[in-house]
Parts: sequence; C-alpha cells; structure tokens
Amino acid sequence: MTTMQKLYLVIPLAPLFGAIVAGLFGWMIGRRGAHLVTIFGMIVCTVGSAIVFYDVLHGNVYNGHVYTWMSSGNTNFEIGFLIDRLSATMMIVVSFVSLMVHVYTIGYMADDPGYKRFFSYISLFTFAMLMLVMSNNFLQLFFGWEAVGLVSYLLIGFWYTRPTAIYANLKAFLVNRVGDFGFLLGIALVLTYFGTLDYAAVFANARMLATNTIEIIPGSAWSLMTVICILLFIGAMGKSAQFPLHVWLPDSMEGPTPISALIHAATMVTAGIFMVARMSPLFELSETALSFVIVIGAITTLFMALIAIVQNDIKRVVAYSTLSQLGYMTVALGASAYAAGMFHLVTHAFFKAVLFLGAGSVIIALHHEQDMRRMGGLRKYMPITYWTMLIAALASAGIPGFSGFFSKESIIEAAHLSRIPGAGFAYFCVVTTVFVTALYTFRLMFMTFHGPERFREPPVADARGEHGHGENALTEHDEGQHAAHEHAHEPHESPAVVTIPLIALAIPSICAGWVIGSVLFGGFFSNAIFVAPEHDVLAEMAREFHGVVAMMLHAPRTLPFWLALAGIATAAYLYLLRPDVPAVIRQRFRVLYNILDRKYGFDELYSWLFAGGARAIGTGLWKGGDVGIIDGLLVNGSARLVGWFASVIRYFQSGYIYHYAFTMIIGILVLLTLVFVDWR
Amino acid sequence: MQGSSLLSLAIWVPIVAGFAVLTTGSDRHAGVARIMALTGAILGLLVTLPLYTGFDPNVRGFQFVQLKPWIEVFNVNYHLGIDGISLLLILLNSFTTVLVVIAGWQVIQERVAQYMAAFLFLSGFMNGVFAALDGLLFYVFFEATLIPMFVIIGMWGGPKRVYAALKFFLYTLLGSLLALIALIYLYNVSGGSFSLLDWYQVPLPLHAQILIFLALFAAFAVKVPMWPVHTWLPDAHVEAPTGGSVVLAAIMLKLGGYGFLRLSLPIAPDASQHLAGFVIALSLVAVVYIGLVALVQSDMKKLIAYSSISHMGFVTLGIFIFNAHGIEGAVIQMVSHGFISGAMFLCVGVLYDRLHSRQIADYGGVVNRMPVFATLFMLFAMANSGLPGTSGFVGEFLVVLGAVKVNFWYAFAAATTLVFGAAYTLWMYKRVIFGAVANEHVAHLRDINLREFLVLGLLAIAVLWMGIYPAPFAEVLHASVDDLINHVAQSKIPSP
Repeated sequence: MTTMQKLYLVIPLAPLFGAIVAGLFGWMIGRRGAHLVTIFGMIVCTVGSAIVFYDVLHGNVYNGHVYTWMSSGNTNFEIGFLIDRLSATMMIVVSFVSLMVHVYTIGYMADDPGYKRFFSYISLFTFAMLMLVMSNNFLQLFFGWEAVGLVSYLLIGFWYTRPTAIYANLKAFLVNRVGDFGFLLGIALVLTYFGTLDYAAVFANARMLATNTIEIIPGSAWSLMTVICILLFIGAMGKSAQFPLHVWLPDSMEGPTPISALIHAATMVTAGIFMVARMSPLFELSETALSFVIVIGAITTLFMALIAIVQNDIKRVVAYSTLSQLGYMTVALGASAYAAGMFHLVTHAFFKAVLFLGAGSVIIALHHEQDMRRMGGLRKYMPITYWTMLIAALASAGIPGFSGFFSKESIIEAAHLSRIPGAGFAYFCVVTTVFVTALYTFRLMFMTFHGPERFREPPVADARGEHGHGENALTEHDEGQHAAHEHAHEPHESPAVVTIPLIALAIPSICAGWVIGSVLFGGFFSNAIFVAPEHDVLAEMAREFHGVVAMMLHAPRTLPFWLALAGIATAAYLYLLRPDVPAVIRQRFRVLYNILDRKYGFDELYSWLFAGGARAIGTGLWKGGDVGIIDGLLVNGSARLVGWFASVIRYFQSGYIYHYAFTMIIGILVLLTLVFVDWR
Repeated sequence: MQGSSLLSLAIWVPIVAGFAVLTTGSDRHAGVARIMALTGAILGLLVTLPLYTGFDPNVRGFQFVQLKPWIEVFNVNYHLGIDGISLLLILLNSFTTVLVVIAGWQVIQERVAQYMAAFLFLSGFMNGVFAALDGLLFYVFFEATLIPMFVIIGMWGGPKRVYAALKFFLYTLLGSLLALIALIYLYNVSGGSFSLLDWYQVPLPLHAQILIFLALFAAFAVKVPMWPVHTWLPDAHVEAPTGGSVVLAAIMLKLGGYGFLRLSLPIAPDASQHLAGFVIALSLVAVVYIGLVALVQSDMKKLIAYSSISHMGFVTLGIFIFNAHGIEGAVIQMVSHGFISGAMFLCVGVLYDRLHSRQIADYGGVVNRMPVFATLFMLFAMANSGLPGTSGFVGEFLVVLGAVKVNFWYAFAAATTLVFGAAYTLWMYKRVIFGAVANEHVAHLRDINLREFLVLGLLAIAVLWMGIYPAPFAEVLHASVDDLINHVAQSKIPSP
C-alpha cells in the first residue's frame, strides 16, 4: 500500500474514529474530550483532503478496492475508492465545511445536554459522506447514500422531545426512502445489464448498451439508458430535495442549525447533484433523461424560490433558498453542464453555510428566536455576523465579483444554449428566479439586520401588522425554552468559535468563483465528467469567455444582473422604505399569497394521500383480509364447520334404542325397494 | 470423513442437557437449573463451531456425513450431513439458544427447569431438521419441534395462550400431515428409500411432481409463513413469552424456507419451475400487503410479527427466482432475520418486563429514561428497515438484484419494502422511544442491566458484522447454492 492509499483510508476513518470515541466513550472523556477528539479527527481529515486535492491537481487518479464486501453469483461486491478531481473536490468541500461546523458547534451547542452525542453524529455524518463521494462503485455509493440519510434522520430528531422534530425526521427518512426506492432499482438494472457495479467498467461499456431497449410494460420498448438514468435520478430527487420529493427539506430545519448548514445545505443534499455528475457517461446517452432532469430542476428552482418570499422563520427562508439553488444545480446537470453544476455546488456550499451559520448566530443571540418579525436592527449589535452574511447574500443574489455570480451565471448561460427539450422552460425559470432570489435574500437581510429593533416587543400578533404573513407563519422553536429567558440581555455578537467559522467560510464565498476559467473552461473535470460533443454547452461558452474580469464587466449588459439589482431594490423598498406596503400586497393578492404560504399544499396532500391512504389500506387489509376473511371465514370458519358438522352427526348417536331401530327399519325398506323394484 | 459425529453432537448435546436440566425438578433449584441450562447451551454452541472451521466451502454436496441404520424394516436411516445452507442455520440456532437462555434468566420465575429444558430440546430438534438427510428423520425432527414450542406458548404465554398454542399447533400440523403423504409416496416411487439423496435422483412425471410440491408446500408455506396461511403467527407471537417469540421468529420460521431449499426444489424441480410464478406472487403479496398491515398495528409484538412475515416474503421470493443472487440472498435474509427479529422481540421484551404492556400507546419518550436501550433499539430498528451496513440490507439487496434479472416488476414490488419497512418500524420507534416522557410509568423506567446489555450487544455485533463484512457468510453458500441451481435446472421428467 502506498502512502497515498493509506491516506485515502485515513481520511474517512479519522472522523469515524472521532464519532465512535465521542459516541461510545463520551461518558469517560467528557464534553471537552468529545469536541477535542472529533475536531482532531476533522483536522486530520481536512489536511488529508487538501493533500489529495493537491495530488489530483497534478493529474493523479486512483481507482482501487479496499476489500471484497461479499461475492454472489459471478459478481464481486467491492468496497473501494475512486479518487479523481470530482471526488477530491467534494472531499475538500465536505471536510472543510464540516470542520468549520464542528468548531461552530462548540459555541452553538454549548448549553445543550446532548453535546457529546451531537459531535459524535456530525463526525459520523462526515465519514458517511466521504465514503459516498470517494466510492468507486454503486454499492458503496448506496451505502453512503443511506448512511447520510440515517445521520440526517438522527440529527433532525436531535431534540427528540419536540413533537415537530420527531415528525420531521420520520418524514425526511421516508421521503428519502421513496427516492432510494428508485435508486435501488436503477442500481439493480445496472447490475443486470452490465454485470458489475464498478463505475469504471460500467462507464466503459455504457456506449455499447446505448441502443438497448427494455420492455418494462410489455409491448412498449423503452431505452435502457433512459430507464436507468431516470431511476437513478429519482434517488437524486429524494436526496437533493427536488420537486416533488422536496417536502422533507423545509421540515428538516427542526434540527440544530449547525447541521442545517452542514447537511441540509452544504453537503448531503448535494449528493444527488454529485451522483448525477458522476454518472454523466450514462446520462449523456439519454436525452429523455436529461430533459426530465432539466424540467424537474427548473420547477424546483422557481417554485421553491417563490415560497421563500413569504416565510418568516429565518431558517425556513434559507431552507427554501437551498431548494431553489439545488434546482439551479439540477438545471445545469440537465443542460449537460455538469461542471457548472458542480461549480455551483461548491460556491453554494460556502455561501449557504455562511447564511445558515449566520442565521444560527442570530438565533442564539436572540435566545432561540427564529421569527424575523421579531428581529431587526441587529447590524450594530452583531457586526461580524452581519458582514459575513451580507457577503453570502450578495453571493447568493449573484452580484458580480462574488462566487455565486460566476456559478449561477454559467448555469443560466448553459440553460440558454442547451438544445435539450425543456431547456427553454428552464431558461425562463432560472432567469426569473434571479429576481426572486435577490428579493427573498435581501428581505431576510433587511428584516433581520436593518430597520427598527423589534426583538424587545412581546411575541404576539402586533408584529404581524407590519410584516406579518398570516396565521400559518411557522415559528417552531421551543416555546417553553424561549419564554424562560425572555430577552433578558441585549443581543451581542457571538463568541469566536462562532464568528471564526463565519469568516473562514465567507472568504471562499467571495473568491471561490474566481477560478471559473480553469474549472469550467479549462477542462478541470475532464477526467471525471463525460459530455457528449453535441451537448457540450460549456465548450460553446468557453469561446465567449475572456477571463474573470471581462465576465464581470460584461454583466451589466445581461438581463440577470439587472434582475438581481431589481430584486435587491424591491426588497429595500418593501422592507426598509415602505414597510407598510407588503401588508397591502398581501391583501390584494390574497389567493396567491395563501397558495405560497401553504407551500402549494404538498404537505397536506401527501399526508392525506400517502400517510392516510397507507393507513386506511393497511387497516382495510388487516380487518377485512386477515381478521375477516382468513381468520374469520377460513380458519375459525373451518373450525366452526367441523363443529357444526359434529353437532349434526351427533343426532345419529342419540343412544335411544328406538332411534336406532327406526333407522334400521327405514334402511331395510330402502334396500328392499332397491332390490325388488324393477327399474326398467 | 473426519469428525463425522459432530452433527450428532450438535443435535444431542442440547437435548441431553435438556434432560439434565429437568432432573433439577422444582423451582427450589431454579438457580442450578439456570446454570446448567446456560452450560448446556454454550456447550451446544461450542460443538457447532468445528462445523464452520472444518467446513470446506469448495466441496459440492454434503459434509460431516453420518449414516447409521435406524428402522431397518423400512430402510429408515439415521442419516446426517450438511451443506453451506444448513451450516449457517445450525450456527444461528445454537447461537440464539444461548441468548434465549440468558434472556430468560430473571424473567422466568416459575417452572424454570422446564422452561429452560424446552428451549434446549427445541434447539436440538431444529439442528436435527437442518442436518437430516433422511426423509423420515427430517419429518420426525420437523414435527418434534412443535411440541416444545406448543408447551412454551401454552405454559409461559399470555392470557390467550391456549387459543394461540392450539392455533399454532393445528395450523402447522395440518400442513405437515400433507407433507407426510408426499414423503410416503416418494418412499414408494424411489423403491423403498427415505434418503433425500435418492429422492433427488428419482425421475417423476410433472403431475406427480406438482402433487408432491403442493403437499410439501402446505407444510413449508405454513411454517414460513406465507400469505395467506400466516395468521397463526401474530397470535402465537403475541401470546408467547419473549424467549418463545425469539426462537419462533429467529429459527422456527426458517424451517419453512429451509424445507423449500432442501426438499421442494431438488425433489420436484419441474414443478418448482412450473409453480414459481404462483409462489412469487404470494411472496410479493406478503411483502406489500403485510407491510401495510404492519403499519397499523397498535401492539408492538404484533407489528414485529407482521414485519417478520413481510421479511420472510423476501426469502420465498429469493428462492423461487432460481438464480444465485436470489437464493444466496434468501439464505442470508434468513440468517439476518434471525438476528434482527430476535433482537426486536428482545427489545419489546425489555419494555414488557418493566411495564407489562405491549401497546405502543402506553409508551412514549422512553429514550429519556433508557438511552442505552434506545440506542441499541435504534440499531435494530434501522436493521429491520434494511439500512446498508446492517445485516438487514444484504439479503434484501441480493434478492432485489436477483429479481430484476427475472422481471422488473418483481423487484419493483419487493423494493417497496424500502418505504413500508422503514415506515412501520420507525413510526413505531418514534411513538415508543422519542418524545417527552409520556406517563408516570415511563418516568420510572430503568435502563437495561448488564445481562440485557450482553444479549442485545451480542446481537448488535452480529447485525453490524454481517452488514459490513458479509463475505464469510456468503462464502460457505456458493458451492451449495450452485449445486442447488443445477438441480433445479435439470428436468426430472422421465423421457417417454
């Protein structure tokens, strides 16, 4: 084993070690021990990832297996690593954001009784996520896929006494399982037709099977690749919360904020994007699948962004923003601009982590207040939080110079150039969403950091008249907890363990975009991502690309730039200058507002249709089938039949001589009749 | 072959130990009875270990063969031998017996010696089923297992134990009587032999095969249990004491799956192929229908019982798709289900011992008082939902892979367990474990003690080991499964 191979093993195992020590031996090492051991593991992991990243930049690629999980038939199922630029990029993002979140947690979770457990979980998550991205085969991918789902489940329900939290985590797990259902079938089809689950072997043979068809419904032949890709993408729709499997992500905000940043914004939810990019050699062979991807992505982008405008819970605004940004990435995938999707994944990981961690910083400063109608004017109390969040907000809105600008701009351009069916619709959605993104992001900034200081006001309806948005506004923080210390202190800036991660993540939120030239147009992912020449929109864009500065200078001549500015201006008008206007708008467009506020009714629909339906069918089958027909009619029925038969037969053995004598006489008469009557 | 009396030891050590335990008599010597039972169970496990170490995974056919005449008039032999499939089930059985003895240590306070002896007898009989190569011997052991289980449910069971025990006994007996007819028929057509090996070779016309298959099916389908002959199981589980439920779910149900593999498939290969669609349909109904029924149960034991039926649907599905993924998946699913369902019933037992209720509604917020227990229960709940990294994933994964090769929709229906399995398991877990402390009783719960921790901890290790590194389990299966598939592929219909 070479040194690099050992390092590949150490990178995921270091967080696992931390997780095990903090989880199982937390009672021995205490709180300090728990955070020291996990953070040490994360430092090892991050440094290792940096070394690996440096190594792959020099063109090294590794593909090898660690051990044979099992074999069956002629198939060997291996656990192994594929280290190329795609996985190395994910590794550095995952480990760096995770390390920052570990540090941040020291401050955020300081008073929580589950402190050690929390560190154990987030380290376990990092292990699972790394196994997912480093995998060289579908099996291990599925392992990591489900394992991150498990940790997400545990962390959403971290505060397990809250009914909303344990509802949300069950919902998250089950909705993800619906996606995994498709994913598993996709993997099974891959094995059936390729005879292996190893990426390299599958991708190498993909072209040969491109024209194969499969009769899922007898009589109609579908392209094998289309079926496989759509099934795999259903998995991505679950994990990356794409419409219509998006419903779990907003509810996942019930978890502590550090994991909202790490799992539900920066890393886990991007696993679906990563997976599709990894599977690019398959997706490239099916335009139908790509078309499906781009339409789903476009719907998610626009319609989730719209919901963000009416949310009042600061974390939920960021959550819907995440959904919308994931939609952007998905659109990029559908347009075959996988590199752009990955690029947005990276920039988004940084600026969204800042937005979440900043929101968390605000939330602890206000003693677990999450309702933006009870914030305002926090800029002067929390300058570091404010400035870092402002950077992230500018990045999110796509203002030139900030990282989000470069990645989002390239996705918009890719959607524009793409000739996949549905690309026109996608282009409309992603452009419109630029305005919406700027609007909700700066609505959040203005309501939180600017304007009057509303956090001293009592928490009742009076704030609603100003900026309120109806009864259904979700402020699902722990009522008792927050009533206990009702803003006894002035808000103040968070401690260094909170602000340092914010700063450390804000820096790449600015400058991560500057490498666009080499990442998108310099063939950075050329060894990992395959794009068919006829789909290669990035190559077309490369011809127009003349450097970072030129791209920024070109921005004022494009529509998205002005839409972003218009969004910020609208937010400023509505939430700084004329705070009475939103209420008027809300009145005027009541129907539209209610639709958004109810999130298009998906939660109600699903809980009625699927949760209620499954229970109704289950009860019907149980009471009707098992208890009624099988047990009642057949099992106990046959027992009763035997009993009834016996009770009838019983009369023949009455014990009275004259009964028997009478029967005998009847019998003799019958016999005599039979013998003597001439039947002819 | 070397060490050919090892199988006899695996069968008779627990049975002899059972008799020894019985000699302690009344409950005045309960302590002695417990220690003797544990010693017997551990000895029983130890004598099976050389079977694994001495097993040659490359050999096709049976190993550790022992052949002695038993009833010479009818050419009945004491004929033992195992392949990889039986090996895993024997190990699982002997391992589970140890756990069950420990689990019943304090809970059982009445007729301790008889309780422990019943489990030791049961363990020996089941090893007998898994090792028998003689049809009549197989049948004798197969039926003998009913007696201790009947006694366990009837004596140490809950309030409706008599109904449940009778239902269990009659249901399964009815099935096996039909199987006996098939065995006698085979004895005749094979020219007076009860040897399974002879039966594997005897040519049979299709209609005879179908009758034999259906007769055997009656016995094994009830045992598995397959839909729609499953309704004895929830009742039996609900009324059985914890140990009884554990053995019932972990081992006894496997007698059915094992019967298909050992008798039905190789003896009636053409009928098996002919009727595969029918069996697969029943299996898929079990997975989907029972999954939904499990969702609405309010009694924890009933829920886990239904979950067992649903998981056993994977076993029969895997067997009747006749490829290596399917059959190996089925066997691994049987072993894994042994660990997981055993653990799930033990977890419910832990709660029942404290609160004397199996109703989900009587619990809530248990994690606040029993964090160690909640953690272990979480692991088993996740394993029951088929999470990768636990044993529950391996078998289901292989069966789904195998099913896709045959028909996409088989896999589609089977894979719904990903959603349903998680839904009923985790919804129950949520209502029992999570939340604020629900009532006064829960507030006074005490976390598991060392003995309970030991039992659940051992199962946790097994579940994780089999999930992370299942290769050692699969390795011993390859040759046997290959052999079996060849058997099924060769028609036994005599050429005209």
